[in-house]
Amino acid sequence: MPIYQIGPKRLVVGAHYGLKEWIIQRVTAVVMVVFTVVLLVDYCITGSATYEGWSALFSNQLMKLLTFLAFFSLFYHAWIGIRDIWMDYIKPVSIRLTLQVLTVLYLIACAVYAVQILWKV
Amino acid sequence: MVDAQNTVKKDKPVFRNIGLAQLIHYRLPWAGKVSILHRISGAVLFLMLPFLLYLLDQSLASELSYQTFQAITGHFLVKIVCLGLIWCFLHHFCAGIRYLLLDLEIGVEKSESNRSAIVVFILGLTLTAIVGLKLFGLY
Repeated sequence: MPIYQIGPKRLVVGAHYGLKEWIIQRVTAVVMVVFTVVLLVDYCITGSATYEGWSALFSNQLMKLLTFLAFFSLFYHAWIGIRDIWMDYIKPVSIRLTLQVLTVLYLIACAVYAVQILWKV
Repeated sequence: MVDAQNTVKKDKPVFRNIGLAQLIHYRLPWAGKVSILHRISGAVLFLMLPFLLYLLDQSLASELSYQTFQAITGHFLVKIVCLGLIWCFLHHFCAGIRYLLLDLEIGVEKSESNRSAIVVFILGLTLTAIVGLKLFGLY
C-alpha cells in the first residue's frame, strides 16, 4: 500500500493536487506583481495618461507577452481561489460541482475576451 | 437491534459552533481580519472581471473608444465603484505579498505577524486614499 493511502480501507487524502495548485497560486501571484510594477513604472516615466501612450505600451511585443502571461496567471489564480471558497463553504457535492463548472466557464469566457482585447491593439 | 442502533445514531450530539448570526460577534485578530478581507476582495475582483475587461477594451480599442472610456470612468458613481475595486486590488495585493513572505518564513513570529497584518491593513487604505484623491482630481 502506498504511503499516502492513510486510513486502513480507503484513500482519504484527496486527489493530490493540493501542492501543485498551492505553488501555481504563488507563481501566478508573482507574475501579476511583476506586471503591476511594470505598469506602475511606465506610468511614473510617461507621467500622463493619453491614448497614444497607453496603446503604444500594449502594442509593444514584449509588453503584449507579459500582459498575456499576467492575464493567464490572473485567470488560473482566480480559479484556485474561487475553487477554495466553494470547497470551504459549499458542502453538497452537486451544488459545489455546478458552481465549479460555472466558475471555469466564466473564466474561460473572460480569457477569450482578454485575448480579443490584446489582439486588437 | 436495528431500531436501537438508529436511536443511538439520532441521539448523537451535534455541535454546531458556527452560525451565520454569530459572525458579527467574532473577534478576529488582525491577521484574521486581513485574511477574510483578502478572500472577500478576491471574490469581488473575480465577480467584477467582465466590467474591468470591458474598461480595458474601451481604453485600448481606438481613440474614439478611449473617449467612451473617459466618459464612463468620469461618472461619479462609476468612480465610487472603481475606488472600491481599487481598494480590493490593493488590499489583495498587499495581503498577498504578506503571504508570500510568510511562505518564505519571514515574519512568522506571533508579534511580527500581527504587526505585518496591521501594516497590510493600513497600507491598503493609504494607497487607496492616494489613488482616490487622484481619481477625484484633487491633485
